[in-house]
Amino acid sequence: MAEILLKDVVKNYGKLEVVHGINLFIEHNEFVVLVGPSGCGKSTTLRMIAGLEDITGGEISIGGTVVNDFAPRKRDISMVFQNYALYPHMSVRENLGFGLKIAKQPKDVIEERVNEAAVILNIEDLMDRTPAELSGGQRQRVAMGRAIVRHPQVFLFDEPLSNLDAKLRVQMRTEIKRLHQKVKTTIVYVTHDQVEAMTMADRIVVMKDGHIEQVGSPLEVFERPVDTFVASFIGSPPMNLIPGEVVMRDGRLHVAFNADQSVPVPASLADKTTEGQKVIFGFRADDLMPDGHAVPIMGEASGLRLTVDIAEPLGTETLLFCQFAGVDIQAKMYNPRMVKPGEVMDFKCALDKTHLFDAASGKSLRG
Amino acid sequence: MASKTKKQIGKVANWILTFVLMLVIGLPGLWVVLTAFRPNREILAKPAIWIPEKLSLDNFGKIFGYGVDQIAIPVPSYFANSLIISLTSTAIALLIGMSGGYAFARFRFKRKNGYFLALMLSRTVPGIALSLPIFMVWSRLGLIDTKMGMIIIYVALNIPFTIWLIDGFFRQIPKEMSEAAQVDGCTRWQAFWKIEFPLAKSGVASAGIFAFLTSWNEYALASQLTRSTDSKTLPVGLMDFTAQFTIDWAGMSAMAVIIIVPALILTFLVQKHLIAGLTFGGVKG
Repeated sequence: MAEILLKDVVKNYGKLEVVHGINLFIEHNEFVVLVGPSGCGKSTTLRMIAGLEDITGGEISIGGTVVNDFAPRKRDISMVFQNYALYPHMSVRENLGFGLKIAKQPKDVIEERVNEAAVILNIEDLMDRTPAELSGGQRQRVAMGRAIVRHPQVFLFDEPLSNLDAKLRVQMRTEIKRLHQKVKTTIVYVTHDQVEAMTMADRIVVMKDGHIEQVGSPLEVFERPVDTFVASFIGSPPMNLIPGEVVMRDGRLHVAFNADQSVPVPASLADKTTEGQKVIFGFRADDLMPDGHAVPIMGEASGLRLTVDIAEPLGTETLLFCQFAGVDIQAKMYNPRMVKPGEVMDFKCALDKTHLFDAASGKSLRG
Repeated sequence: MASKTKKQIGKVANWILTFVLMLVIGLPGLWVVLTAFRPNREILAKPAIWIPEKLSLDNFGKIFGYGVDQIAIPVPSYFANSLIISLTSTAIALLIGMSGGYAFARFRFKRKNGYFLALMLSRTVPGIALSLPIFMVWSRLGLIDTKMGMIIIYVALNIPFTIWLIDGFFRQIPKEMSEAAQVDGCTRWQAFWKIEFPLAKSGVASAGIFAFLTSWNEYALASQLTRSTDSKTLPVGLMDFTAQFTIDWAGMSAMAVIIIVPALILTFLVQKHLIAGLTFGGVKG
């Protein structure tokens, strides 16, 4: 059993505190993705779990044992680095077997485990090459192979796909997921790419400025972001966020963006806001669609008339860029047709799926 | 077609230029080697005899004390002194250079850049300018005319360079290499010897050759601080061939060859390590 517990973990570099007391429990066999913009402390957190960085305060335990003072080799973990860090002077076979050799395993065990990993990762043909003779994707596979041969309790991945081209990245993404299903181990995966986080994680940990903003399943984080940061970070395109003020119009609370543009506050949020409150109104592009389009809107809808600035056809859908209340927003159109810039269209916004955030704190009013 | 001929002309010109340059560099060396194998009669002949008529090892026998006419110069002890002083000082300079280079490449510490600059600045002082102070200190310490005295000086001369060179090589090796090894089960020490050292080997070898050649060839300081067979090195010994009115060119050249040969052999031995670029591939560049 290898659950990981971070308790009030703090990291300082000199006087600068970069991780401010984070708490996180990762279950056995769970695939957890730490995601956030660069400098948010996600890599530092991973390296602290690995033991490559000392922790300044708090406690880290792996499998129930506090490992604060354990060297990396004592933690029974393995790690895949962003630049792979394969040993250039060794063949693929030696790279894979290195950890076992250091652990003084008998030759036949090393051979067996290395071959087993080679089969899992489909690199049997590359065993006698050196890292220099491999392509990016192959190196990535070898790096993963080196991680799995030792059968560690925990896998740590530090942005392992960011050096690959887009196509290969998508492919390796599925492979890592498949690997997780095959070897069933706790995985902590760091990325700045929210798509990777969404597609791979059992649970996403969104980090910002050394704090954990939100922890949840990909859908939870996507559908119920706790603040504007998570709302704009998770999901592509990012959530549309428009500042406004709650006012009473026609006997109902509205979010007014200016003198004449406003949308009604969704019924589910009506009792969570008060007249005069400054808010940020948020909704996803998927929830703003041209009127009369094939996807029916569940629940209440609000109509908006907007001018399309730019249309990006993506095949199954078209992204429409419009201006609304002085903010650039995006809408989505399924069953696409060619849209000319400057075309005025009527849109329907799915009110039940919209969000309200407090303008001052950025926190979601859904609570 | 035209560009092809142009290319060929360029190639030929390149070769000619290289040949001329090598001639300028290599000819004196070649002449020394030739002189070492020729009898005095031929060396001093006027007009000069360009193509040697007779080559023999007589000159070598002479300086080592074999053969008919012997010279009273203790070449074997000079040779031993040179070897001991150069090898020891190189080994020490490499050891310190590796530790220092690794520290500068990997660790963060206060005033790191200042220390590094200070090390480099120490190389801007010409060695000979230090000869008088060194002489005075060494005479107090009783280090004049001792191998230890020379070893200390050469270690000091070489350390800034070995640190600088080895630092550069360790810097090229991503720190993830050692981290990966540590995650793989190595101690920091094992990670160094099994991963980082093999990758920096070419740098260590280059630094070693450089340090060895510096000590092996150094003349100015050695000529002032050595007196007898206890510590006199080969380059200083060369001067033994000049007397008040004569210079024994044959003996001197033979000894010059003896100085050159070990350096050549060493360079050949470590040549393959001098090919850098070993780290390419393990990490996406």
